[in-house]
Amino acid sequence: MSLDKSEIQNIALLARLTIDEDDIASHCKELADIIDLIEKMNSVDTASIEPLAHPLDLFSRLRTDNVTEKNERENFQANATETKDGYYLVPKVIE
Amino acid sequence: MHQSTLAELSSALESKKISSEELIRGYIERCKKHNVSLNCFITITEDEAIKKAKIADKNRARGNHTLLTGVPVAQKDIFCTNGVKTTCGSKMLSNFIAPYDATLVKKMNENGFVMLGKTNMDEFAMGSSNETSFFGPAKNPWNNDNVPGGSSGGSASAVAARLCPAATGTDTGGSIRQPASFCGITGLKPTYGRVSRYGMIAFASSLDQGGPMAQTAEDVALIMNVIAGYDGNDSTSANNKIEDYTKNLNDSIKGLKIGLPQQYFDKNLNNDVANLVENGIKELEKLGAKFIDVDLPHTELSIPAYYVVAPAECSSNLSRYDGIRFGHRCNEPKDLKDLYCRSRQEGFGKEVKRRIMIGTYVLSAGYYDAYYLKAQKVRQIIRNDFKEVFDKVDLLAGPTTTGTAFRLNEKLNDPISMYLSDIYTVSANLAGLPAISIPSGFINELPVGMQLIGNHFQESLIINVAHQYQKATDWHKKIPKKYE
Amino acid sequence: MNKNTEWQTIIGLEIHAQLATKSKIFSGSSTKYGAAPNTQANAVDLGLPGVLPVINEQAIFMAVKFGLAIGAEIPKKSIFARKNYFYPDLPKGYQISQFELPIVSNGQIEIDIDENNKKIIRITRAHLEEDAGKSNHDDFLNNTGVDLNRAGNPLLEIVSEPDMNNAKEAVNYLKKIHSLVQYLKICDGNMQEGSFRCDANVSIRPIDKEELGIRAEIKNLNSFKFIEAAINYEVDRQIELIESGKKVVQETRLYDPNKNETRSMRSKEEANDYRYFPDPDLLPILITDETKKKIKEEIPELPDIKRKRYISELDLSKYDSNNLTINPDIANYFEETFRITKEAKMCANWIMGDLSASLNKNNINLKDSPVSAKMLGEMINLIKNNTISGKIAKVVFEAMWNGDGNAKEIIENKNLQQVTDSKEIEKIVTETITENKPQVEQYKNSSDEKKQKLIGFFVGKVMKKSKGKANPSQVNELLRKKLDN
Repeated sequence: MSLDKSEIQNIALLARLTIDEDDIASHCKELADIIDLIEKMNSVDTASIEPLAHPLDLFSRLRTDNVTEKNERENFQANATETKDGYYLVPKVIE
Repeated sequence: MHQSTLAELSSALESKKISSEELIRGYIERCKKHNVSLNCFITITEDEAIKKAKIADKNRARGNHTLLTGVPVAQKDIFCTNGVKTTCGSKMLSNFIAPYDATLVKKMNENGFVMLGKTNMDEFAMGSSNETSFFGPAKNPWNNDNVPGGSSGGSASAVAARLCPAATGTDTGGSIRQPASFCGITGLKPTYGRVSRYGMIAFASSLDQGGPMAQTAEDVALIMNVIAGYDGNDSTSANNKIEDYTKNLNDSIKGLKIGLPQQYFDKNLNNDVANLVENGIKELEKLGAKFIDVDLPHTELSIPAYYVVAPAECSSNLSRYDGIRFGHRCNEPKDLKDLYCRSRQEGFGKEVKRRIMIGTYVLSAGYYDAYYLKAQKVRQIIRNDFKEVFDKVDLLAGPTTTGTAFRLNEKLNDPISMYLSDIYTVSANLAGLPAISIPSGFINELPVGMQLIGNHFQESLIINVAHQYQKATDWHKKIPKKYE
Repeated sequence: MNKNTEWQTIIGLEIHAQLATKSKIFSGSSTKYGAAPNTQANAVDLGLPGVLPVINEQAIFMAVKFGLAIGAEIPKKSIFARKNYFYPDLPKGYQISQFELPIVSNGQIEIDIDENNKKIIRITRAHLEEDAGKSNHDDFLNNTGVDLNRAGNPLLEIVSEPDMNNAKEAVNYLKKIHSLVQYLKICDGNMQEGSFRCDANVSIRPIDKEELGIRAEIKNLNSFKFIEAAINYEVDRQIELIESGKKVVQETRLYDPNKNETRSMRSKEEANDYRYFPDPDLLPILITDETKKKIKEEIPELPDIKRKRYISELDLSKYDSNNLTINPDIANYFEETFRITKEAKMCANWIMGDLSASLNKNNINLKDSPVSAKMLGEMINLIKNNTISGKIAKVVFEAMWNGDGNAKEIIENKNLQQVTDSKEIEKIVTETITENKPQVEQYKNSSDEKKQKLIGFFVGKVMKKSKGKANPSQVNELLRKKLDN
């Protein structure tokens, strides 16, 4: 398995991580090694196997439609770096 | 007092031999003193703990108490604790004051547990050595040059050094059992869904499970009685009946059929560890258990499947750390993308970023079927292996880890070798099974754990077997000299 | 392509209907519109570390109801998936949505394309998802403000096949769904508040070609008028592009109603890879046959059936039936007045006449009308039993609208009862004849045709004299009797 520079950069972009130009090669190698490990799965035939998303064979319970929450804005926004007039702030977005 | 188990502390409080305040003050002093070298706590909540201890004493005086009112405990820093810094071992959350309590924390508080502090851990629980923590690694009390294991390394280290009688951990691929094994304590990963995940910061949602880490199986049972059960805030929490986990502790294990998975005694297993586990098996045989060899033929595939499922889920779970509503935010972002990329680049450590990258890759267009879907199918195969085995036996026994605690930095730059060392623990997570690690001897003064794996919701049974084993042995009573 | 190419427009719509639940789809926060920023965003909506979603059963039931109403398949098992992308109004960095195994698939709905022709629009799927928050780009100098009150509101995304071929059809389809969701009481249909909005996928192809052209997705369409205008603009833009040798690019475009144009959205420029996978925090949803049966029983009479019934049973015109079934409020109002009066046509006329005019003039919703169905029905009954004339009824209606009481009270207070006492009418008629001698003469010497006209003159005079209260048919009869003598 090998990964090229553009693939690594694309993954980093999707994941919103920045990768130093100098580190790209080592990232390529590291990721490729892990992919090699992962590909050991290919030793088993799974054609007739149902995928398992969840260890217990259960269906979801459902919640009754009630409003149970009150306003806790102040409490929650104490953890935010930038807020104003009740809004969370981000750099200007142009749509 | 600090050598006592939870059960012993409970009776000491009950008989008024000691007050909760005295107890907590004593433990807090120990924590402060030894944390300097062990680094097992990220936060010690001294004032709050003493305040709670006083309340506990009042409640006990009034007769308004539970068995455990006033006993100390440490919480892994992955559990949200209202008003207390909750870092998950990450720079990203190094200033995060949780605005709510995790369900597990809430239940423990309601039952009178007094929290001493928040324990160190691998960043976002990603690691097997505690070395990925932003706050530096916790150390193994048996030898400070060795890792305590991970990710719940701080909890294991703190319990082993008797800085707290018990602690909580979380286990995604072995994160309770492996550090329990490395530090010589008892750690249970319950059945997936048995303990609520609400307020437990997610790493891999379909694998994560919180559980107790303590000195004895009996203490594990006491804690399970508090934390197990259905939670309306966690859709994946199981709604079936919870048992009294202490009820069957003293049941005879005579005639129990215990399977020995041949794949857990393979070339990866250190010979000395193998011998100690075999001694453990002999002990259980003496108690009347019957052993048969069984096969878990796809054990080898558990690591590859795990390293698809866990990173995939983590890559998505960790997307919420964007520097906007909480967590690290970079200085003066020049635009939105810069805010995202720099906050995350600065806030996450190397291993976390590595796993986010893997997870993003395996889910990305064109690879989903080959990796993610394939891993889910392999997961099915692994669960089926267990299903078949549990038709023949009541539980399984084997080693928890391939060897004893490794040296600090030994595997830090070799992620693959680090990943492969989880070989005996990850299957239980993939299949959602309960498993316990119990102390079973020492190699060069480093502890070794034996693992018991039960069928879904068979916690009671494996705790029972562990307790019977501990009645017959005293490995779990050993305390590192420095911390006696 | 040469200039003579005939183009066919292909339109598919993605409608987002906000489900009318009290709380959010995965949390107990209120869904009420218009609260101060971030006051209805709890720990789950903010995606705080450690929180988990729990599904609101009403959201599930409402989606099933919709599926049953469009004759769709509702599989026993349905799952939620995560759609991963970064955006400030998406707190978790993923949206909980459905990808494989949506709750509703393969339904259809019939629309009118003109007076006599209908067309089936296929609905590929309808899936549940959580809404995102809102960005405020205007109130901050160098920042965008993020309000997460809307984050986690339950949405039903209704995805059609590209079965529409012009803006008019698209609007008709949209109106049909708009009406349906209101009948089902699963969405309030409020387009201004964004409870019902849509994206349009628009492409063109030469009329003789099978292959679909490159499509553009137009966002932010929140009125029927804008949708029609945006599609028409977009079709023209695409034709112009291709005919001038350029290409349509696949992109997201924003409709700007002020300029009546669509423009490319810079924020959505990056090619997305959503990395859908089943949400591990949520177990599959089970929808049993019993659940479906129970929900089916709750489905009210739907507009298509209602319309047909109005025509066949109540003898209303197609036009009247269409108007009276546009939404459940008007249909309910009509049915209530009809229940009281048993006079379908009269009810229809009053509702679509004076009532609609007053509502429109004052910009009031039918739900808030000061004249209730009961009040109108009772007034119509008073016309029926000759207590008042149709003309006086207009006065009564206006007084009811202004809050002067019900019809009976108004008639009594203002003394508006119709005069049916034949002696009293005879008195006025006699007076009128005496006061208008020349016209009487004229009448007597006229042809039958002319007489008819002159009767009108006398009726008018009598009515005026009686302040409109005399019973017109009685007046008519008496006048003829007297004049023809």
